[in-house]
Amino acid sequence: MSPTQLLIALLMLAAGGFYLGRKQAFFVSSSRGGPKVLHSRPVYYGSLTALWCAVPALIVFSFWLAFETSVITSIMVSGLPETLQQLPADRLNLVVNDIRNLVSGNIVGGEINSAIQAAADHYKSLRATSHAALTVIILALAIVAILWGRRIITPELRARNHVETVIRILLIACSTIAIFTTIGIVLSVLYEAIRFFKVIPLHEFLLGLEWSPQMAIRADQVGSSGAFGAVPVFLGTMLISFIAMCVAVPIGLMSAIYLSEFANKTFRNIAKPLLEILAGIPTVVYGFFAALVVAPAIRGAGACLGLDVSSESALAAGLVMGIMIIPFVSSLSDDVINAVPQSMRDGAYGLGSTQSETITRVVLPAALPGIVGGVLLAVSRAIGETMIVVMAAGLSANLTVNPLKTVTTVTVQIVTLLVGDQEFDSPKTLAAFALGLMLFIITLILNVIALVVVRKYREQYE
Amino acid sequence: MNKPESKPKTGAPAPVRTMDIVNKGLARRYRRERRFKAIGLIAIIASLTFLSVLFISIGSKGYTAFEQTMIQLDVHLDSEKIDKDNLAVANYLGMVRTALKKSFPEVTTRRDKRKLYRLVSTGASYDLQDFVEKNRHEIGNTISIWVPADDDVDMLIKGHIRRDVPQDQRRMNDMQVSWVEHLEDQDRIKTQFNTTFFTGGDSREPELAGIWGAACGSFYTLVVTLALSFPIGVAAAVYLEEFAPTNKWTDIIEVNINNLAAVPSIVFGLLGLAVFLNFFGLPRSAPLVGGLVLTLMTLPTIIIASRAALKSVPPSIREAALGVGASKTQMVTHHVLPLALPGMLTGTIIGMAQALGETAPLLMIGMVAFIVDIPGGFTDPSTVLPVQIFLWADSPERAFLEKTSAAIMVLLAFLVTMNALAIFLRKKFERRW
Repeated sequence: MSPTQLLIALLMLAAGGFYLGRKQAFFVSSSRGGPKVLHSRPVYYGSLTALWCAVPALIVFSFWLAFETSVITSIMVSGLPETLQQLPADRLNLVVNDIRNLVSGNIVGGEINSAIQAAADHYKSLRATSHAALTVIILALAIVAILWGRRIITPELRARNHVETVIRILLIACSTIAIFTTIGIVLSVLYEAIRFFKVIPLHEFLLGLEWSPQMAIRADQVGSSGAFGAVPVFLGTMLISFIAMCVAVPIGLMSAIYLSEFANKTFRNIAKPLLEILAGIPTVVYGFFAALVVAPAIRGAGACLGLDVSSESALAAGLVMGIMIIPFVSSLSDDVINAVPQSMRDGAYGLGSTQSETITRVVLPAALPGIVGGVLLAVSRAIGETMIVVMAAGLSANLTVNPLKTVTTVTVQIVTLLVGDQEFDSPKTLAAFALGLMLFIITLILNVIALVVVRKYREQYE
Repeated sequence: MNKPESKPKTGAPAPVRTMDIVNKGLARRYRRERRFKAIGLIAIIASLTFLSVLFISIGSKGYTAFEQTMIQLDVHLDSEKIDKDNLAVANYLGMVRTALKKSFPEVTTRRDKRKLYRLVSTGASYDLQDFVEKNRHEIGNTISIWVPADDDVDMLIKGHIRRDVPQDQRRMNDMQVSWVEHLEDQDRIKTQFNTTFFTGGDSREPELAGIWGAACGSFYTLVVTLALSFPIGVAAAVYLEEFAPTNKWTDIIEVNINNLAAVPSIVFGLLGLAVFLNFFGLPRSAPLVGGLVLTLMTLPTIIIASRAALKSVPPSIREAALGVGASKTQMVTHHVLPLALPGMLTGTIIGMAQALGETAPLLMIGMVAFIVDIPGGFTDPSTVLPVQIFLWADSPERAFLEKTSAAIMVLLAFLVTMNALAIFLRKKFERRW
């Protein structure tokens, strides 16, 4: 049986286990006065039997599948002819790949000789054996578990508590996925980044002023010195983020103030969802808009004024990124402005201040920590934004703060370094992970500060 | 602002009343009030202007992509050249070319002929083959068939290549334009609804490129994302909201979830590349891996929304259930979850809409390849709609510009539908307790 069929069979067995367990619960209670003598409702006895059937079998199943490929491959490799086995590791990998492709019916890179064909057949037979063994083991395990689970059912069995414990464990496992994701991110990025820092020292990466991640393939190649100084990249990121915040913070904050303090209900009900549309537009659309409409417009305007504007200027990318972040800033500011107690406003009105004076002198200072937190979250958004800069900002790492020039960003570099064919031992590819690590650390710090600030602020007025 | 307690200037004849000072400043203060209000209004108008400019520029560039220029050709289906038992081997391209040559007998030189052949799409021969396979009885006759025009002709007809500029400033020379005009005079050129755009996979030829392959890829990716993120997200939210004790461990989980919601999406792509592709050896460019990455990305959104939905179920429901003897798990599964489900579904749909529009992490796991075939499963190499938009936006041909805009319109239509569905669900099932 193929793994999918096996899984379906297992599910059907579990359903059967449910039915048998439930029936058994009725049966054991019938001699002692009906189902009311049972500790739990009959459903729970059924569920317990089904769990007995499915859980151990599923654990074996997933472990088997996780290790099947590597075990079979190593057996197959040890069965290869001597000449092939003595190849260097990477060549051997190619051969193994070819064999796997041959097995799955894909197009094969190298030529097919008899040795490879034999290895592929060997692989196929090993896989067939493995699947057959798996089928037998799983089905036997499931059936034995059902029979055993059925036998232990007595009216005193605390089936509900057992089932609920399993559910509880499942829920806990689901909630820890967030932690595993974070750990996964840190470990995977850190591991590759450390390999990078073994080649390029950390201080050179953090303090170097030149970024040109092309490594020479041949020794005499021109123009591929491979410099990994990340300062221009970070400066470009900061420049574009700064432009974006210059657009997003005033517009977002003022819109939030107007909508929460001045606007009447009808206007708010129309304008707020419209603003939120801006947040729902995919970033690739903004990128297209920036590259196609905004950048040429800025270039044209610059030409009118006699300025030399690059066609991939930081200004265009920053401007559009700012538009994207407006709703983010405005909805966060809206939240914190609404959290300021009405009594503070009433106090200011009572002293005779106008509405705008109340806002600027009382509400905004009171809401400031929350707004700062929101802006920090927006900055981390801007730093991590990818598609707009990939499509509208440039690739060349210029050390400049002139918004009319081309700059590059961390995310652009990650994308350009990792899209396409990769070699996982060249500093060029690993540099992307080093940049990713930096990106993760910076946004993590910003997020944690922002979250703490916002949380403290909320507690203050609650 | 005037301070009421400010002293009158020395030497003033009579003491000034506080009221006068306040009144003196009033006009200025009201002016400032109006100015402040106007700035707020301008901010909103500015952002709405950005929104409308975005929509108008994409709409005006893209609407023409829904039409395709077709050319009518009189093709002679020579019964000697078509083997009735094996239709696939006949030289359909040659037949199309012969038909073109017949329409323009004055074209004789090799170079001009090559230019002439370029008027119709390379897809014309496939259309002809399809026609022959469906109408075997026509073999031997001369048929007239509409075939797609090349993208340059398409652009010329739609007015994106201008006819009044010198020929070295446009992609077609005067001779080609005159051929097109000749065909127009004979009513052999028409525009019709572009079905290829909705049914085709990707192609290097703009007139043959369609979004169906990308849409299928998006569909498979979202199915994986939904199947994983909804149950896991709901389970995590239920645990954190209903069962978790308040301790350090729960706190760490909560901070983690909030932080993950703000981690740049491209970092999730790096995770997918390092863990799913390099460590677990899952196939590149597969919707399965894309779905896994997007699951990790949308989980925080769904967890946060589901927790809000659980919070809004009043405690009295829980107390009533516990009071009649339900266990905690029974209380949650029988009473709290059904009441919180609409809110959870709304959050999930919004999360799915986010996942549908996401591009950057999918670039990392290789869903950016040029894939012509329509994906048929979860492990077939495929691309998704936003990545298709990204790929087309990079293509230099003018015709791909309108395809990109049209694909954006389709993507936005999907997003609008999903968000409208979420709003509808919220309105319909929202309950005030």
